[in-house]
Amino acid sequence: MKYAYFPGCSLKGTGRAYEESLVPVLRHLGVELQELEDWNCCGATAYMAVDEGKACAAAARNLALAEQTGLRQMLAPCSACYLVLNKAQHYLNEYPAMRQVVGRALQSVGLQCNGDTVVRHPLDVLVNDIGLEAIRQKVTHPLHGLKVAPYYGCQIVRPYATFDDQANPTSMDRLLEALGATVVRWPLKTKCCGGSLTGTLPEAGLRLSYILLKEARKRGADVIATVCPLCQFNLDSYHPQIAARWEPVRLPTVYFSQLMGLAFGLPAEQTVLHRGMVRFHPPPVPAPAGAEKP
Amino acid sequence: MNRPNDIRIGFYVCHCGHNIAAMVDCPAVAQYVGTLPGVVLSRDYKYMCSDPGQELIRQDIREFGLNRVVVASCSPLLHEQTFRSAVEAAGLNPFYFHMVNIREHNSWVHTDRIRATEKARALARAAIERVVHHKPLEIVKVPIHPDVLVVGGGIAGIHAALTLANAGKKVYLVEREPSIGGHMAKFDKTFPTLDCAACILTPKMSEVGSHPNITLWSYSEVVKVDGFVGNYTVQVKRKARYIHEDLCTGCQDCIAHCVYKEPKFEDLFNEGLGKRKPVYIPFPQATPQVVLIDPEVCLNFKRNKNPDGTPIVSDKCKKTCVEACGEKRAIDFTQKDEIREIKVGTILVCTGFKTFDARRVPAYGYGIYPNVYTALEVERLVNASGPTGGEVLLREGKNPDGTPRKPRSIGIIHCVGSRDKKTNLWCSRVCCMYSMKLAHLLKEHTGAEIYNFYIDIRTPGKGYEEFYNKLLEEGTHFIRGRVGEVTDWAMTPEEEGKLVIRVEDTLAGVVRRIPVDMVVLATGLEPQADAPEVRRLFNMSCGGDGWFLERHPKLAPVNTFTDGVFLAGCCQGPKDIPDTVAQAGAAAAEALALIDRGYVEQEPNTAYILEQECSGCKSCLPLCPYTAILFDEGRQKAYINEALCKGCGTCVGSCPSGSIVQKLFEDQEIFSEIAGVLAGEPAPAEPS
Repeated sequence: MKYAYFPGCSLKGTGRAYEESLVPVLRHLGVELQELEDWNCCGATAYMAVDEGKACAAAARNLALAEQTGLRQMLAPCSACYLVLNKAQHYLNEYPAMRQVVGRALQSVGLQCNGDTVVRHPLDVLVNDIGLEAIRQKVTHPLHGLKVAPYYGCQIVRPYATFDDQANPTSMDRLLEALGATVVRWPLKTKCCGGSLTGTLPEAGLRLSYILLKEARKRGADVIATVCPLCQFNLDSYHPQIAARWEPVRLPTVYFSQLMGLAFGLPAEQTVLHRGMVRFHPPPVPAPAGAEKP
Repeated sequence: MNRPNDIRIGFYVCHCGHNIAAMVDCPAVAQYVGTLPGVVLSRDYKYMCSDPGQELIRQDIREFGLNRVVVASCSPLLHEQTFRSAVEAAGLNPFYFHMVNIREHNSWVHTDRIRATEKARALARAAIERVVHHKPLEIVKVPIHPDVLVVGGGIAGIHAALTLANAGKKVYLVEREPSIGGHMAKFDKTFPTLDCAACILTPKMSEVGSHPNITLWSYSEVVKVDGFVGNYTVQVKRKARYIHEDLCTGCQDCIAHCVYKEPKFEDLFNEGLGKRKPVYIPFPQATPQVVLIDPEVCLNFKRNKNPDGTPIVSDKCKKTCVEACGEKRAIDFTQKDEIREIKVGTILVCTGFKTFDARRVPAYGYGIYPNVYTALEVERLVNASGPTGGEVLLREGKNPDGTPRKPRSIGIIHCVGSRDKKTNLWCSRVCCMYSMKLAHLLKEHTGAEIYNFYIDIRTPGKGYEEFYNKLLEEGTHFIRGRVGEVTDWAMTPEEEGKLVIRVEDTLAGVVRRIPVDMVVLATGLEPQADAPEVRRLFNMSCGGDGWFLERHPKLAPVNTFTDGVFLAGCCQGPKDIPDTVAQAGAAAAEALALIDRGYVEQEPNTAYILEQECSGCKSCLPLCPYTAILFDEGRQKAYINEALCKGCGTCVGSCPSGSIVQKLFEDQEIFSEIAGVLAGEPAPAEPS
């Protein structure tokens, strides 16, 4: 299996633990990624709100580059990239005026976008292309006894629910169960993490992060598993501020791919747990069911 | 092509008010057709179907000696019969008439008047070319079998069967479940009068059970339907219940003596809230009062099955039920499914609905939180013969003394699986009213605070709005807003241990969190899961939403596009009990009208075989859907029983030697029509 790969800015910066863990995990499962050459900003953040045409043009340039690889399918692990690339694709296919604007912009740099690259999320690829059975077979260090709160964030199932349910996504739940972990049932799977409000309006943004952490701890989670660099950043980086405002909630938040790396027995430099601000200490290996937690 | 001599055609183009005239230049069409060969006169008229319009045709036939008539107007489905009768009244064979559809096929679907007018001219020209070759045909009358099949034993089927049976017709009532009664038998009370559902339904059920004119086959399904209006041959599968219905007295001793001392298996009549034994009767008033054995769980059957899916008797059980049955000898473990064939003239389809599966809206937590219920479950909970004897007890949570808890606050969420782009677009029509009924009953049973969450309250029925007012006076809370989610995520100590309903109150303009003990989902109505198969079985149509399609939404609401097959109840669309009963009565009346006429007129557009051309290849025989083609082994020729032929044309198209001819669709007629439509016209349309 081979996919074009759009890392986006986060995976090279604040979210590097995501790339550093995801790429080895996929390689371990026989998936080859071909990173786009000379990719640019996906078009997310304020772009879309300020100028849809420019945002779509930015996204479409990446889609055009993906088409040049001839791979037809592109992996976009960051939730914001995943959403905006899908959104641009949707706009280009639905709105002829947008197609014209973007077409002209691409033409000026000698590119064109047909809009036929399928933008995929790693969870989608793992659950639907590779399959849970194949993943289960690779598990050498099952995460028995580890209680994980799966946190999907807002962007990967809304508004486009291409591979999971909008209100109650379950693909990560099933994936974590395949790794041997115990999934904590919590109703905040897709609630807001605070997004960029943690920077612009901390009172509101931090409160949302705090609610998530508190509820996950209340339900007995050892760790929150996430799919989004911004979610991970918000839930991981503001603990002092949260403790100062409300109460300390020392709960680590990691990428699902880091937990996969652990279950596959990949070396520490591929699970990169040291990158977490709130350090996640995995349970001792091998851990039989009901084992003592760290 | 040879052309009969002395053809005198009258052509009429109808304005249909603005329906046609707004998009087609009718006078221009009339003027053009008047120039075609054989056309003696050509007129346009405002309403051809009106009495003066018909009179115009009759008068012209007499005055101008017309021997062919063409009317360009609406669909033949609506008025072909009208004009045929008019032509016949003037002494012409009705099949010298031909109809052109320039409304549904033209004016209603186009937006360019010039091109629509051009199309009307082409269609009219085709008809003029075709009608020249028409031949006089005779309508054949075929007798109608007076017996009726009613499919589905809910309130619709019950009411229709009784109406027909009381009129002296013999009725077969076929019901898939072990008892008739349908959804209504599960309801506690009925809105808005709050009379007990069982009290008004069970007398009708037992009347069905004992009526001399009704053959009740419960636990049975229609598997095959052949024939046509007046003469249907129907195969019904009578599923093995392992009980001889004629020997069982309904004493239920076998149930008491079953080796399972306690009921252990999911009781579907009680929506899974109660338990039953392997030998059971669905509910106390079940009709027929006959038990049945579930081979899936009965110990006397093996868990593995025969290759054809039939269960294998293991004879491992002590069979205390057989002992208890004693001399009655009603229990028979060797019983097999049985196919019975019946002949009927008309069929009433009353197959009902299924309730929306609330799991499809995971945000509302059904199947996740035990104290989220569907409305149908609550009907059973508040019912005196339900699993809790009418006490509303929660699935989860106990009082300090260990007894099950009663809810002190209840939220009822309307429109679950209705009026929702993600699930079903339609309004299910009954949910507002049944939600309010349940609100009333739950308040009566528990004294709880009740919250209704609605999008709009819809109470269009006799006494319905008054019922809504009564509920408002009772102190039931109504909050206008589509609920976002039901969650156990508590933000305050008061919310701990409760289900929190998060909703935007669109009247107050605030987002609310309302903690409750119990959530009731007012699930909508959906077509039965096997509606597509049932549709094919009876040769009916479905709308895009899956409900069976009536012949005309206003003027033929219980007819289908298949003559002799009628619809009633929720299989046609969501409706309440009064509407269902009214529709069932209407369907029965339509069937009676057909039966009492005694015959059906058969369209003469049947096929026949040119014997000298038939090579005897037999390729047409298996293709005929009506088994109307037979084979004469002696002469090695096929021949068609014209009484059975429905004029579908399948054999005509498939005959390799071209030896099958269909009346009214003969080669010359079809080819002339094609030539006519393709002929083009001398002068371009004048802009108007």
